Amino acid sequence: MAVDQSFVGRTYPPEDVYEVSAEKVREFASAVAGAGSATVLGGPLATADVPAVHTDAAAARALGHADVVAPPTFAVVLAQRSDARFLADPAAGVDFSRVVHGEQSFTHHRPVVVGDRLVTTLHVDGVRVAAGNAIVTTRNEIATEGGEPVCTATSVLVVRAPETPAPRTQEDGA
Amino acid sequence: MSATVGSQEAGGDQRLEVGQEVARRTFGVHRADLVRYAGASGDFNPIHWSERTAVGVGLPGVIAHGMFTMALAGRVVQDWCGGDPGRVSSFGVRFTKPVVVPEEGTEVEVVAVVGALDEGAPAEGDAPARPATVRLDLTATCAGVSVLTRARAVVRR
Repeated sequence: MAVDQSFVGRTYPPEDVYEVSAEKVREFASAVAGAGSATVLGGPLATADVPAVHTDAAAARALGHADVVAPPTFAVVLAQRSDARFLADPAAGVDFSRVVHGEQSFTHHRPVVVGDRLVTTLHVDGVRVAAGNAIVTTRNEIATEGGEPVCTATSVLVVRAPETPAPRTQEDGA
Repeated sequence: MSATVGSQEAGGDQRLEVGQEVARRTFGVHRADLVRYAGASGDFNPIHWSERTAVGVGLPGVIAHGMFTMALAGRVVQDWCGGDPGRVSSFGVRFTKPVVVPEEGTEVEVVAVVGALDEGAPAEGDAPARPATVRLDLTATCAGVSVLTRARAVVRR
């Protein structure tokens, strides 16, 4: 099924407020701390290598921040949730199990900090076909409820063309 | 696992030169990391935890979330910024090859070099002040294969 190019230019306004919590920042920062084998050996609470700025408000304030700061890629949590409004729409024609991430960029207007109440506006900036693959570009503008810009997250997703009829089973479907 | 990341204090980097390597770190990556990242990020695509699904869609096996690899590169950048993610003004990557994660795990090595230096400029007319920045150019390799290209972070000095 081809990705529907008529979605280009479509904008999805914010649907809900994402409140950045201390525990979510700690969880995400722990997951990307590069614990490696420590994750296996120490279980899900292995957090020894997490930078203090993600867990300790005093450490964050010492660096000039209002509260605990999220990692530089944390905004992807909001961006992917927002992207799903387009990608999971059956009318868009995206087979999620064939989606691979092509590019990602973040422009940080200011850091994401605990207590932020953020809203996300999705823009479908492009859908084009190259070598049978569909290349989808989305842009999520993340701002505070009050309209202060926080982060612009741009994603390029590649929906790979099936070489053969998909052999996967229904229960494995995304 | 080795960790040889040079911490960089604000204002202490006057001797930086374009092309200079400033950080290098190797991260172990296990399937447990991917499960954990799936939960933390909300990205439950089964190609990151189901061998059958991954192979079924033509991948060599379970692969890491691209965003997990990007986050490891981001960690190297953040450490170089003295642990302060607030100094990262932009960060972008292209994912070129998947990080295949077998049962026994794998490793990703991240290297950061100085890509460009900007001394900044004061506000002039309608143009706002531009802060002094360093562009760090990153490479990430897994099993000898480059997995990121055009991986760049602009950080305030």
